[in-house]
Amino acid sequence: MLQHVFKTLLALFAILTLMPLYWIVVTAFQTPSVVLAFPPSLVPSPAAWINFARLFNGSEIGTWMANSLIVTGTVTVSNVILGTLAGYTLAKKVFPGRQTIFWTVISLMFIPGQLTIIPLYALIVQLDWINTYQALIVPALIMPFSIFLMKQFLQTLPTELIEAARMDGCGEWGVFQRVILPLAKPGMGVLAIFTFMGVWNDFLWPLIVINQSSMLTLQVGLNSLQNQYYTDYGLLMAGAAVSALPMVAFFLVFQPYFVRSITIGAVKG
Amino acid sequence: MSLTRTIYRERWAYLFLLLPLLLFAVFNMLPMAATILLGFADYFPGGQPVWTGLENYAYALSDDLFWKALGITVLYTCGVVPASLLISLFLAYVIFGLKYAWAQVVFKSAFYLPVVTSGAILSLVWLWLFNPARGLLNYILSFAGLGPYLWTSDPQMALPSLMFMAIMGGHGAAIVLLTAAMGGIPASYYEAARLDGAGPWRQYWKITLPLLRPTVLYLLVTSTIASFQVFTQVLMMTGGGPDYATTTLVYLIYTDAFEYFDFGKAASEATLLSLSLAGIAVLQYKWLASDVEY
Repeated sequence: MLQHVFKTLLALFAILTLMPLYWIVVTAFQTPSVVLAFPPSLVPSPAAWINFARLFNGSEIGTWMANSLIVTGTVTVSNVILGTLAGYTLAKKVFPGRQTIFWTVISLMFIPGQLTIIPLYALIVQLDWINTYQALIVPALIMPFSIFLMKQFLQTLPTELIEAARMDGCGEWGVFQRVILPLAKPGMGVLAIFTFMGVWNDFLWPLIVINQSSMLTLQVGLNSLQNQYYTDYGLLMAGAAVSALPMVAFFLVFQPYFVRSITIGAVKG
Repeated sequence: MSLTRTIYRERWAYLFLLLPLLLFAVFNMLPMAATILLGFADYFPGGQPVWTGLENYAYALSDDLFWKALGITVLYTCGVVPASLLISLFLAYVIFGLKYAWAQVVFKSAFYLPVVTSGAILSLVWLWLFNPARGLLNYILSFAGLGPYLWTSDPQMALPSLMFMAIMGGHGAAIVLLTAAMGGIPASYYEAARLDGAGPWRQYWKITLPLLRPTVLYLLVTSTIASFQVFTQVLMMTGGGPDYATTTLVYLIYTDAFEYFDFGKAASEATLLSLSLAGIAVLQYKWLASDVEY
């Protein structure tokens, strides 16, 4: 009996959780006169693409999406490469300074963004990087968490594998390329998902260093969309739908990897 | 073997770490040191820093708005974190008990979807849901004879509205972690408890919950830190208002730094925020981790 009450509550809560996402779709697919009607219509009309037409004509959302893809793609690739190299080094190599470097990486992981953002902005101004891709990409090329994650992941690999490869005449690069890289792939996948999601959804940094519409990322683009069309909910929800689509599709396709990324990402230090 | 020879022999290690360390130095460590220094100076972009000692800190600590922002941030965190955690624990328990694996996956995905949706998207749709004249929430509540409410436009309700939105949103990651941890508890524990006559409630209270403690601690620390830094919703939905009712610490730092360009004041506030975050994390670990084994 109690189990049935629990399951009903679960279903109810799931519906409430998904309701905002459903409401994006409903409103995006309604003509402006229906959006303004009260009581509201609870279902979308699939033929109503007018909000999307107005969105693409009245904003640079296509450019914003391209900007987001360029920035997120570059930062993800770079974090996976540098994070794997550095993570492998800290997990499997013995050299003077290893402990110091590892603890430096750990401490940097716990530094909140607010503690660096003001001088970082001043630096970007000095470099004349305001309104550029560099401003969004270069400070994020490698993040401490990427190294930590790959170190934790690669630590579990047996060291004998590396020694055996070395006996067979592999050089340093050979060991990395032939032994470590193939075994690191699941960890790299998890790191890629993590980085992609974090950078794609980042808000504060692009808000600060980008103020020219054609250089905005999707998230801050939505903010400017809201400032421009603040009660035109049909158009705004079309913008929300278009922005949510890539991440939602990405999630549904890679769902098992997402689940693994959350559990691996929470590995105890 | 001399140190230089060891270092030469391990040159690859340094090579692999060179670029990350260089980038960390420029984009993490130097800015961090600069923020701490700026906290002791008067500095506006384009000008020269003037050292003022503890003036920024004295000002922040005597500033009503700073204390108000701290209070709002603490209230938001104390409302959102425990409520979210309790709901996550409940949802994880029910999902874990579902018979079919596909049903578990469906529910985990459903709760994870708002997590992959950005704060900007959620801000837009919640602003629409909260709309006083034509929003869905007031429409639904009207059937119960309630409202219409002003939600984010009402100084009394603005902060609870943002809290409600946060509590409704982010259970996906917690559920995945909690169900994974529950899957790691040996079934024999429960069998032994059943033989001793323990009902489901006692089993949950005496076996599941104690063994979930490391996960709960992790969730508590990470979600407290995240709530303490709430920003996107504030900027997009309320602009810190009405009447400063939703001016959180990070929003205050943002406006001081990037609207008034008072970098010195903002830097001192950012340092205070970071110290509070570190303090909270240490306290939570001390409080909960005393007998957690890793």
